[in-house]
Amino acid sequence: MLQVKDVHTYYGNIHALKGISLNVNQGEVVTLIGSNGAGKTTTLRTIQGLLRPRTGSITLNGEELTQVPAHLITTKGLSQSPEGRLIFTRMTVLENLEMGAFARSDKDGIQRDLERVFTTFPRLKERVKQRAGTLSGGEQQMLAMGRALMSNPKVLLLDEPSMGLAPILVEQIFDIIRELNQQGTTILLVEQNAQAALQVAHRAYVLETGKITISGDAKELLEDPRVIEAYLGL
Amino acid sequence: MTTVTQKAEALSSKSSSIPSTRKLQRALFVVAVTYLVLIIGQPAGLDLVRIGQDVRAHPSAIVQQLIIGLANGGIIAMTALGYTLVYGIIELVNFAHGDVFMLGGFVSILTLSIFSRTGVNGGLTAPLWAAIFGFLPAMLFCGLLNAGIERMAYRPLRTAPKLVALISAIGMSFILQNLGLQIGAFGKLAEVSPVFKWLAVLGGNNAAPKSFPAVLGNNNLLEYIIPGATVRITFADVLVIVTAIVLMALLNWFVMSTRLGKAMRATAQNRDAAAIVGINVNQMIGLTFFIGGALAGAAGMMFGLYNGTVVFTLGFTAGLRSFTAAVLGGIGNIRGAALGGVLIGLLAAFSDQYLAVRWTNAWVFLILVLVLLFRPTGLLGQETGDKA
Ligand SMILES: Nc1ncnc2c1ncn2[C@@H]1O[C@H](COP(=O)(O)OP(=O)(O)OP(=O)(O)O)[C@@H](O)[C@H]1O
Ligand SMILES: [Mg+2]
Repeated sequence: MLQVKDVHTYYGNIHALKGISLNVNQGEVVTLIGSNGAGKTTTLRTIQGLLRPRTGSITLNGEELTQVPAHLITTKGLSQSPEGRLIFTRMTVLENLEMGAFARSDKDGIQRDLERVFTTFPRLKERVKQRAGTLSGGEQQMLAMGRALMSNPKVLLLDEPSMGLAPILVEQIFDIIRELNQQGTTILLVEQNAQAALQVAHRAYVLETGKITISGDAKELLEDPRVIEAYLGL
Repeated sequence: MTTVTQKAEALSSKSSSIPSTRKLQRALFVVAVTYLVLIIGQPAGLDLVRIGQDVRAHPSAIVQQLIIGLANGGIIAMTALGYTLVYGIIELVNFAHGDVFMLGGFVSILTLSIFSRTGVNGGLTAPLWAAIFGFLPAMLFCGLLNAGIERMAYRPLRTAPKLVALISAIGMSFILQNLGLQIGAFGKLAEVSPVFKWLAVLGGNNAAPKSFPAVLGNNNLLEYIIPGATVRITFADVLVIVTAIVLMALLNWFVMSTRLGKAMRATAQNRDAAAIVGINVNQMIGLTFFIGGALAGAAGMMFGLYNGTVVFTLGFTAGLRSFTAAVLGGIGNIRGAALGGVLIGLLAAFSDQYLAVRWTNAWVFLILVLVLLFRPTGLLGQETGDKA
């Protein structure tokens, strides 16, 4: 479904992605793990069109995305909960969710997805009128995910949804990821919390300084000694 | 990094343990400023005895200055909005904004001139509808001009350090000011052919202030209600105040309640997030410049109708006043700009009446300095992007 082929992304002279290839199939949860600075966020930003790859191709259902302007990529079916959440702090929870559906015009569909977001995150429903900046960290993460879901994406990209959350909330977020997937959402999940990510994912890629070094079935990676040593801290 | 220091500051002020050197610095500064105000205050009009006598002799002058202050405040607020909208979305002080306002005055004067005829006393007069529809060309021109400036002078520099765009803005300001000077020269064309008769309003000297055709008359509307009233409310007062209120209410509605307005706010709060949800960021920035420019165009018309003349250097002084208003209210904060504009307008009016006209700008800038020092986020709080 989503296919990334030999993508090279630069920040000025810094060669951040050195030929990344990965693919996400319909209905899957795929996780991309790696240590700080490996290039996970850069990969998601490149897929979303916020950064342009110097070479390589990114396709969604066969359609090339590298030339599509960033704001139209959402329309093509990609949305994300970005690193740092980046919610609209001076808008209400409801306005944030409305903005998530900015690219759509099907009123009924938007309403349906809003209901769905509220069922998934009942907390958000209680706080529709609250300014998003005053939400707790966990609520902000839920809002960021809810906002991304409001575009009804074909592939949902999540950048470290568990970052900075208390263990109980982390568990809850991973439960939600599983639940969303069971409802049919295809997910590309970036995580530092490799253990939890590998447990929820079908397949996984390990990213090291801009290159994919290991890939395969998530359950197998959980037992791979290289992964255990470097990322599972056992 | 900044958030850490901000948090530290918040903490230290809560426990009221500001480092003592900073306390001392502040105290010394307050003493110095008070001293200066008292020393300079006297020649700059701060003579409490005389002011007291003035107020007792002409109590109605207070109401009069209130009206004048509100009208000028409306004009200042409209220009301040342009600074604040632009700063809110791209964190740039658009130095050229005051000059866009000035050109708005020039476009207005030409629009009115087209519909003017020579009145009984030899001066130009234009019908009232010209004053009302005359807003549209100025708003359109200034909106497009401002959006064009963004496209050409700021967008290519968006990823460059902030200072670079600021210098570009200052350059733009010079260009526009010279454009204003050049437009002034077209007055000579009026002698060449009757086709250009409407350019005569610009006069023969390109640098001289240009007089607006008389449009609104000078009748005291209050006299119709209270015969013999000492306070004057002219049609210009009413038109300016009402237009300012209407345009600001429209802006508020647009920004708070429409899809596009919300997208504009979203872009100002977080550009990446806006792009992720499918907002065309460049378009929103362009729209912001357009709206800011259009408001400046309207303000140019209002200024001309209210004060009678425009001159090519207007952008600098008026611009600084409006910028002060924006900072006073909290840069990036739309309501703050409206509030700041009205406050500065009132301050200026009362300074003109009770302090000294020549010193009004000094008083205004004293406010700017004090705000920057003691409440840099302004009265209603700064509203800028969340991006680091
Ligand atoms: N704006 C930038 N300018 C220059 N270099 C950058 C920029 N953003 C990221 N980098 C560099 O690119 C590399 C990859 O960064 P990236 O943010 O993608 O890492 P990450 O895997 O998401 O790390 P983390 O787990 O800490 O979020 C790092 O070496 C980083 O320093
Ligand atoms: Mg990251």
